[in-house]
Order: sequence, then C-alpha cells, then structure tokens
Amino acid sequence: MMYKKGMGEHVFDSFNYLILSLLLVITLYPCYYVLVASVSNPVKIFASNGLLFYPKDFALYTYTEVFKSAPIWNGYKNTIIYVLSGGFISVSLTTTAAYALTRRGLPGKKTIMFLILFTMYFSGGLIPNYLVVKGLGLLDTPFAMIIPNAVTTFNLIITISYFRGLPYELEEAAKIDGANDYTVLFRIMLPLAKPIVAVISLYYMVSIWNGFFHALIYLNKRRLFPLQLILREILIKNDTASITTAQPDQAQAYAENVKYATIVVATVPILCVYPFLQRYFVKGVTIGAVKG
Amino acid sequence: MDATATITKKGRAVKKHIWREVKKFKHIYIILAPTLLFYIVFRYAPMFGNVIAFQRFSITKGILGSKFVGLQNFKDFLTNYKFWELLRNTLNINFLGLVFAFPAPIILALLLNEVKRLRFKKTVQTITYVPHFISTVVVSSMILTFVASDGMINAIRQMFGGEKISFMTNSQYFYPIYIISDIWQHIGWGSIIYIAALSSVDQELYQAATIDGAGRWKQLLHVTLPGISQTIIILLIMRIGQMLSVGFEKIMLLYNPAIYETADVISTYVYRRGLLEGDYSFSAAVGMFNSIINFILLIAANFFSKKISDSGIW
Repeated sequence: MMYKKGMGEHVFDSFNYLILSLLLVITLYPCYYVLVASVSNPVKIFASNGLLFYPKDFALYTYTEVFKSAPIWNGYKNTIIYVLSGGFISVSLTTTAAYALTRRGLPGKKTIMFLILFTMYFSGGLIPNYLVVKGLGLLDTPFAMIIPNAVTTFNLIITISYFRGLPYELEEAAKIDGANDYTVLFRIMLPLAKPIVAVISLYYMVSIWNGFFHALIYLNKRRLFPLQLILREILIKNDTASITTAQPDQAQAYAENVKYATIVVATVPILCVYPFLQRYFVKGVTIGAVKG
Repeated sequence: MDATATITKKGRAVKKHIWREVKKFKHIYIILAPTLLFYIVFRYAPMFGNVIAFQRFSITKGILGSKFVGLQNFKDFLTNYKFWELLRNTLNINFLGLVFAFPAPIILALLLNEVKRLRFKKTVQTITYVPHFISTVVVSSMILTFVASDGMINAIRQMFGGEKISFMTNSQYFYPIYIISDIWQHIGWGSIIYIAALSSVDQELYQAATIDGAGRWKQLLHVTLPGISQTIIILLIMRIGQMLSVGFEKIMLLYNPAIYETADVISTYVYRRGLLEGDYSFSAAVGMFNSIINFILLIAANFFSKKISDSGIW
C-alpha cells in the first residue's frame, strides 16, 4: 500500500520500534548476565560496579564443579524419567478421552464434559489432594510425580476441540468397512491428530520438567528428587556446599557463581529445543483461543 | 389399558432404548474409563475430602472416625490474628497483577500489530516467549541473586550514585519485585492469544476507517480494540476465577519470614500450617475458604460481563 506518512505516523513508528527494542534488551540481558557471570571470576564481578557485558577472567571452574555434582546428575536422571513416563501417560489419557468425548451421540457426554470443565474452576485444594495421594500409598514413589496430575483440563479441552474438527465421514467409512472403535482410534484418528499430540506432549513435558511443587510435597527421599528440587536446594536455600569441593574461603567466593553455572546447566536443554518447537507451542494457545 | 400402565410401558421403552445406546458405545466407555477414573480419584475425591475441614481430623482415625466440630475451624481462621493480613496480601498481589500484569501482553500485542517489518516482529515474538520456559525455581533464584545486596540491581543503583537497598528484608519491595518479574516472564507468551485475535480482525474495517480519515490512533480505538474485546473479557474472567491461587509457587520460593507482612498469602499459609505443621483440618478449612471466594469471584465476574457486554465463559 502506498500512502504518505504524516509526521505523527513517523513519531509513532519510531516510538514503537524503540519500546520493542528496549523490551528485547530487558528480556535478554538477565539471561546474558547469568551466562557471563557463570564463566567469570567472582571477585572481579564483585569489585566492578555496574553492568556486566563480557566475562571477567574467563574460567570454567564453576562448570567443572557443577558437572562433578552427583545430586545434579541424579536429579537430571530422575527428571528425564518423570518427563518421559509422565508425558506418555498424560498424552495417552488425554488423547483417548478426547477421542471418546467427541463421538457423536455418546450418552452422558454433556454431563461428563460439565464435570471435567468444573474442575478448572473449583478444586479440592492442597490438603485433601495430599491426603488422597498419601491414602493411595503413592507418597515417596515415582508414581507421585506421574499420576496425581496426569491430566490437565486445559490440554484435554484443546485436544477435544482439535478432534471435533476431524472429518466424521472418515470414521463412518471405516465403520462401514468393519472397523471397530479401537481401529478407528489408533489407525485413523491418532495419525490425523499428530499435530495436537505434538502440542500437548510438549506442554505436559515442559510442565513436568519445570515443576517443583508436587515433588516438594510428595517426595522425601533425596534419591527420587527431580532436578528442580535439587535446584531449589542449591539456588534458593543456598546449599551450595553439596556441590562445591573447593577450600572453604574459595567456596564462599565461588558460591554465587556456581549458582549461575547451575542455572545455565539446568535451563540450556529446554532453551536449545525451544526454537525448533516454537510453532507447536504457539499452535496450542491458538487452538485454545478458538475454543474459548 | 389405563394411563399409568402406558406411562410405565413408555418408561420401560425409553430405558431399553437408552440401554441399547449405552451398549452400542461400550468400547467408547472403556476407552474413556481411565481418564474418568483419574478425574474421580484425583479431582472429585479431594473435593469431598474437604469434609475434614469440618472435623478434628486425625490420620490414625481417618475421615470416618474423626470427630465433627462443625464450623469451628472456619471460626478459628476468621478470628485468627493472621486472617486480615493474609486476606489483604492475597487481594493486594492479585489486584496489582490485574492492574499491571494483565494488560501488559495486550499492549505488547497492539504494539507488535503496528510493526510492518515482519522479521523484526518475529524476532520480538520468539525472544519474548523464551522466559516463559524458564522454570519457576530458576526465575526465582535469578530474582534473588539480582536483588541481593551485592547483586545486579544494587550494582546499577551504585553506578548512578544510589545507595544499596536490602530488597528481600524490606516488605515494601515485595510487590514490585513480584509483579515486574511476572511481566518479564509472561508478557510474550501472554500476547500470543491476542496476536491471534488481532489477525482475525476484518482488514476491510481498517480500509474503511482510513477512507473516513481515521489516523492510526483512532483506528486503534475504534477498530482494533473492539475487535479483540471479546478475547480480553474472556481471559479477564478466567483470570479472576483463578485469582486467589495464581503465583503461589513463586511466592513460596521468594518470600522469607522477614517479609511475611506483605508476602504471606492464603495459599502459602495453607502449605505451612497443613503440610509443614500437620494441622490438616484447619488448613483444609482455610483452603476451602480460598476456593469458595475464588468461585464466587468467578461467578460474579461472569455475571457482570454478561450484563455489560453479553459475553461470558458460559
């Protein structure tokens, strides 16, 4: 489109670009700071007031400390187990339920949908939830990380709305050819639903990867702790002693920087895969919006 | 044949018909069963488990054996010296979130909508989504190290000749820290839904507005905002419906006893009293109080929205 821009338009545009560029800097700088600080000499950081733009006395000492730490590796291992098994169970429950709840003429469908939606707005609360998990004997077992929050209602809803958009004729045709409900689900619907399966898998796995609260309340045994709970000890409760082997005074000085390195080690995997998967993440939100 | 007989016969016929339908869907119910079981055990059982809020519950006696005490636990909470502080803090944090953190993604989406260079727009989107994927534990620890007495924020203050501030022991700084970090983490992600809504605004409306001589500001007010108002209202109602429970994990990671005065909220109190001190019945009552207020707020928000703008979530 060709049209003359007025003075006001130019001012508006410049302002807009300025604000957005500023937002970029504000978003990125804290992350950059952590990265730079993790490879710097802590004494130098402390001595230099102000912003940090490049590493001071580049050293990878902190990383060797983090990589030597047994709790971090064990946490990593547990998290990967919880993410894979939990992701599988969550996705299975969600897609099968979405398939069932989009069958035409299913008696009781409306009631079931209402009861499921209701849980989005009214929940039993922390204590009764805890007592149920305890009552089932799931405390201090890996299952406590997988089962009690296996289905997220939001994810179920976006899956249902995706299934609703799939052509009914395919199912009809398959049924005429003698296919049963399971064949329709596994041979016809699931292959068609791959995009939404990708979206909810990511949502479930990221939330298990990043979650710490369920682990905090359901797990006591340290060997079962996921990475985030170990991070909480190191980062929030300042328990860096468990991962630094240096002399006391040196450990003191390096404690902060070991934290930065820990943050990097714990966050980099997710940030590395993120750009490749971004479109799936975004898709989930927009499918949810259509439904909303 | 008299009338009643016909009715029962009809009734039987209907029952038979329903039964036939259910049988036809037997396998669908089997497929649905595991998820249904999940909802019953982990979502509905706890709702009924709130019975313990009316008891003096002890683990050894169980729900059936524990003594009922009526509304005693609720009375204890309402007359507790912490009650007003917790309610005030909970409402404060959520109100500030509603005023500052809720509009932020809308503003970002509107700004991005005006950007004509696609590369720049995509870059801003990709980068602002990133913090959403950093875990609460890591974000909280970044906040704590940045606001520490020798952290980044104080270093910047000193650069401009300011004094060092002990942020995490002064209760007055908790809300700004909480809200600003919340905006930092979620502004990009939150904007996705509005960007999607913006892309579905009819482009002809803009052309018509331009012909009518409307500048960009006028277009924003009269075309863009009305175009996404539905989305804004729905998200606002949903946000209000979760008002008293959002952000509780981050608060738990950030706060310390020195700033309980402003930072302690109902959910964190439930956690401490219930799971750390084992006072199940009392904290179940507090939690239930929280859920009920939440639910009332949701219904009220939906009601007013329907009155005013004819849109709601049900």
